Amino acid sequence: MSYGISGQAIAGALAHGRKALIGYLPVGYPSVAGSRDALRVLAEGVDLVEIGLPYSDPVMDGPVIQTAGTRALERGVRVRDVFAAVETVREAGKPAVVMTYWNLVDRYSVAAFARDLAAAGGAGLITPDLVPDEAEEWIAASDAAGLDRVFLVSPSSGDERISATAAACRGWMYATSVMGVTGTRASASSAAPELVARVRKLAPNTLVGVGLGVSNGAQAREVAQYADAVIVGSAFLKPLIAADAAGRSGLEELRAVVQDLAAGVGNS
Amino acid sequence: MFGGKYVPEALMAALAQLEAEFEAAMADPQFWREFEALRTRYAGRPTPLTAAPRFSELCGNARVVLKREDLNHTGSHKINNVLGQALLTKRMGKTRVIAETGAGQHGVATATAAALFGMECRIYMGRVDTERQRLNVARMQLLGAEVIAVESGSATLKDAMNEALRDWVASVDNTHYLIGTVAGPHPFPKLVREFQRVISTEIAAQCHQEYGQLPDAVLACVGGGSNAMGSFADFIGNPAVKLYGFEAGGEGVETGRHAASITGGSIGVLHGTRTFILQDEDGQTLESHSISAGLDYPGVGPEHSWLASQGLATYEPVDDDEAMYAFKALTQTEGIMPAIESAHALAGAIRLGTRLAAEQPDSKPLFVVTVSGRGDKDVDTAIKFFGLKGHPDQYVGGLL
Repeated sequence: MSYGISGQAIAGALAHGRKALIGYLPVGYPSVAGSRDALRVLAEGVDLVEIGLPYSDPVMDGPVIQTAGTRALERGVRVRDVFAAVETVREAGKPAVVMTYWNLVDRYSVAAFARDLAAAGGAGLITPDLVPDEAEEWIAASDAAGLDRVFLVSPSSGDERISATAAACRGWMYATSVMGVTGTRASASSAAPELVARVRKLAPNTLVGVGLGVSNGAQAREVAQYADAVIVGSAFLKPLIAADAAGRSGLEELRAVVQDLAAGVGNS
Repeated sequence: MFGGKYVPEALMAALAQLEAEFEAAMADPQFWREFEALRTRYAGRPTPLTAAPRFSELCGNARVVLKREDLNHTGSHKINNVLGQALLTKRMGKTRVIAETGAGQHGVATATAAALFGMECRIYMGRVDTERQRLNVARMQLLGAEVIAVESGSATLKDAMNEALRDWVASVDNTHYLIGTVAGPHPFPKLVREFQRVISTEIAAQCHQEYGQLPDAVLACVGGGSNAMGSFADFIGNPAVKLYGFEAGGEGVETGRHAASITGGSIGVLHGTRTFILQDEDGQTLESHSISAGLDYPGVGPEHSWLASQGLATYEPVDDDEAMYAFKALTQTEGIMPAIESAHALAGAIRLGTRLAAEQPDSKPLFVVTVSGRGDKDVDTAIKFFGLKGHPDQYVGGLL
C-alpha cells in the first residue's frame, strides 16, 4: 500500500520510535470559527488531524459526536466550510484528512469534492459508510486528485475483505476496535489487537490506525502497543461540549486532553 | 443506478450472511412449507378482494376493488415480511431481532413474530411517532418488546432507522435487523419484495377468478414502499396492468412540507441505498412531513426509484387533506376504516378514476387498491383532524 500523504505522517512517528496520534474534531462546533480554533489546539499535539464533516444521519457516530454534529448543523455549518478547516490545519503545520458520510460527497459531486479537498491541501478522506465495493467513482477521483482513501475494517470482516480493503486503501487503514459506534469507553476492547494481528498477516505493509473507544493517555499507551496509530475523537469533544454549555471556549481543557493523549503515544 | 450497500464495513459480513441465507431459503421447499403454513394458519392469508361499489361512485367510471391487507393478523401487510424474516433469523441461529417503526405497524408485527418465535425484541421508534401512535406502543410493550423512543434528529422514522443501524453495528453477532420496508442496503429491498410478492400473486389469481381479467391498474401508497412493491411485483413489465404509487404530499409538495421523495426529491444515498431522497443543497437529509406516520420517511425503496425512472410505474403525491377525505369516504361508503397510509392510495383512486372518466368516458377500468392496514391506530389523529370532541351528538359530516 502506498503511504500517501497521511501515511507519511504515521510513518514519520514510527521513524521516531513511537506511534502516531490521530485526533478528530468536527468542523462547525462550537461554531465554524470556534472549530478552527479548536483544530489549531488539536494540531499542536497530534500527528494527523481528522476533520469531521457533520451529517444529518451519522450511523457510525456515538452520542458525543452526534451531539456536536447536530449542534453544528443547527448553527449553520456547510459542506464548503470543511475546506477552510483543512487550510487552518495545514497552516498549523499538520496534515489533515476529512471524515464524512458518503451522501455529502456524492451530492457535492465526487470529482469536485476531491478537487477542492486537494486544492485546500487536504491529504484524503475517511469514508465510514463507503466500502470499496461501492467506491469505484471515489477511487478514480482520489487517484486523479492524488488523495488518500482510508477505508475501515471491523472485527467482523473476513480475511478476503481485509485483503481487498487493504488493497483499496491509500495512506492507512482504519480498524474499528470494538463492534459498535464511536464513543469513549472504560477499557479498550480485546477484539482490536486480534483484528490488527490479522491485518498484519494478510496485508503486511499496511499502516493500521485503531479507533472507536480510546479515551485517555493510559488507553492510548495500550493501543500503541499493537497499532501504528491511535485515533481519538470523543475524548477531545467532551471538554468542548462541557465548555459550550458553560459559555466558554474550552480550549485550555482541550489542550490538557491533547497533551495527555500525546504523552500516551510517547510524544511529549 | 439505484440500490447498493452504502453501509459501514462492520455490517458487510451480516449482509453477506443474510443474502446467502435468503437465497438458500428461496430454494428450500421446507422453508416455503413453513412460511406458507404461517401465512395461512397464523396471518390469515389469502386476504380477500372486496368490491367497493359505493366508494367506486366517487371514482368516475372505475370499478374499485380492495385488496384487504388490513385483514391480516396484526392489522397490516407488515406481517408478510416479518414472518419471512423471522424464519430467516431462526435459520441464521440468531436470537434477537430489532426493528424500526413509524406508524408502529411494522413494530407490532415484529413484536408479534418475536413472541411467536421466542426471540428477544427491541423496537426503535421516533419520540414524535410514539406520541401520535400511543396505541401501537402499548401493543408492542404488551407483546413483550422493549420500545426505545428515539430523541435524536427529527425524532421520527429516519432517526429510528439510524438508531437501529447503530444497534446492529454493535450487536450483529446475535441480532437480526428486521427492516420493515423495501429500503435499506441490499439484500433488504429484494428480500422484502419477495416476502411481500404474495399480495400481487393473490391479486392476479383473485381478479381472474372474480372478473376474468387482470386489473387495469393497481394502486398503493408508498412510504418506503413495501405494500406497493408487494402489490406491483407480479405485474412489473406487464403493459396491461398500470401501476400507481401514491406518496405522502403532506401539506403540498410545493410547500416543502411533504414526504414525496420521488415527486419532490432528488437522487442520493440514505440508510445504505441510493434512491430518491429529500435532501438540501449540501446533501443533509430534510425532515419529511405527513399526517401519516407510516409514510413520514424522507426516502423510498430503490426499486421504486428504478420503476419511476423507467416509466414502469407512475408516482403521484396525495396531500394530507385528500388522504383524510378518502379515509372518511371509505369508512362511510363501505364500512371499512383504512389506515391513513392506505387512504393515500384510496385518494389516488378517486383522482385517477375521475381523470380517466374525463379522458376516456367509455372505459370502465378495474382498479385494485391495496388497503395496506386498518385504521384503528389512527383514530386519535382522525379525532384531531375532524375536530371530534367525544360528544355523543357530534356529527363528523357526510361526504359532501
